[in-house]
Amino acid sequence: MSDLKIPPGRVTPWHQTNWDWRAACNFIGGGTGTGLLFFSTLAAGNADNYRIMALVALALIGGGLTCVWLEIGRPFRAINVFFHPQTSWMTREGIVAVPVFLCGLAAIWFGGGVFVGMAALLGVLFLYCQGRILQASKGIPAWREPKIVPLILATGFVEGAGLATALFAVLPGEGPRWLASVLLGALILRRIAWTLYFKAIEKNGLPKNAMDVLRPFGAKFEMLGQLAPEILIVSGIFYGGVLPGLTLLAGIIAVAAGWWLKFTIVARAAYNQGYSLPVLPVRGQGEVKPGIKPGWTK
Amino acid sequence: MPRYIMTADLRRCIGCQTCTAACRHANATPPGVQWRKVLDIESGEFPDVRRSFVPVGCMHCADPPCMHVCPSTATYQRDDGIVGINYDLCIGCGYCAVACPYQARYIVHKAEYAYSERAGANEVARFDPNRMSVAMKCNFCQDRIDAAKETGQTPGVDPEATPACVNSCIAGVLAFGDREDPNSNVSQLLAENQFFRMHEELGTDPGFYYIFDKK
Repeated sequence: MSDLKIPPGRVTPWHQTNWDWRAACNFIGGGTGTGLLFFSTLAAGNADNYRIMALVALALIGGGLTCVWLEIGRPFRAINVFFHPQTSWMTREGIVAVPVFLCGLAAIWFGGGVFVGMAALLGVLFLYCQGRILQASKGIPAWREPKIVPLILATGFVEGAGLATALFAVLPGEGPRWLASVLLGALILRRIAWTLYFKAIEKNGLPKNAMDVLRPFGAKFEMLGQLAPEILIVSGIFYGGVLPGLTLLAGIIAVAAGWWLKFTIVARAAYNQGYSLPVLPVRGQGEVKPGIKPGWTK
Repeated sequence: MPRYIMTADLRRCIGCQTCTAACRHANATPPGVQWRKVLDIESGEFPDVRRSFVPVGCMHCADPPCMHVCPSTATYQRDDGIVGINYDLCIGCGYCAVACPYQARYIVHKAEYAYSERAGANEVARFDPNRMSVAMKCNFCQDRIDAAKETGQTPGVDPEATPACVNSCIAGVLAFGDREDPNSNVSQLLAENQFFRMHEELGTDPGFYYIFDKK
């Protein structure tokens, strides 16, 4: 495409208006909730701690879904969301949400048993559906990049491990010592997933306005949302006896950074495709000219 | 089975927006909602500048992302290729709108009127509460296509069986017809001219063809 100057206007991509902060909250609550549900299974240590952690997890997932319900135009028809499991990842998310809550509540009620593992695995499936919901949004270039799926999964695990770490500050007893190492591992995975996602959108091109959001965000996110908690965890491993709050702080930052990441991608970088022409048509006596893709990085 | 498509001869379009007005009249769309609109694109640098007028709207894709993502099955595809919306099923989640790379879908949550805060007589008469807070878009005036089955008329040839935008076009830019019929008007146009389809690289197989030069 030639880089012709196009006046700004309705031809270039503009910010979509259909999904706002309420949609972002679904990805925030769903990611943190399912991540916590997963790690509460492994790290709770006893039934009482599990019950509290799982309740928080279900509240987060439920809160996210409630936000979506508040956003849809016809909320009293919400049951129709279950009608299209053949191809719709939103339907699949809704279908998976039902057993997540049933198994989660059963696990809370019984304080253990097979429901605990089932709730955790179904939660991971729910998280995967959320990633695929974004990928299937072909009209939003920042979402449709396939590498958004591992990014959504990775940040969900980071947020789950981070919140589990933070919750042990208020729960009776100490959390498992390995939790900080797992959080560090999840942070490294999120760093890799973010890097791969960002490289892909740089390579494939993005609306300039979306890139103007994501590029400066990425620099801050890598420092504040990734490097800072990573340093805190490593410091906590060596100096945890002297400064016990380091890992807690790392957990809180890791969760906050995940929310910041999803809010930025879902709510702020959601510029649509805009219009483009592969060639400029013949007009009068003119000739065909190279096409245009206004408002894009490439 | 026919596959109804639309063609736009970009060499002819003068950006008069008559198609836009005709669509709004035919479908009683509210202010700000244009199922058929015409882009006015100025490109290049003086003295080598160019102005292009490009009609856009729903492309009635053969592989429509809006239909695949729709959780309620409100968005459907007919055997003749027309992509429609069942307003009674739609929950207004907006997923189709973010899945459409052509920005063709609209969701209106509040009734608005063209000339004042109160509805005019025609707006009262044509207000459709079923279209509030649900997705809506161009449907190729499908009621006319359906009526043609009863009357024996040919879509794209007989005006009564042809979308309003095509009928209204003063420059003969827009054409409508059956891509599967090699003798149809649109098949003939595509056989004689060079064309492209917008965002074809996204794999949507759009049913809106832009003619840009003769072969």
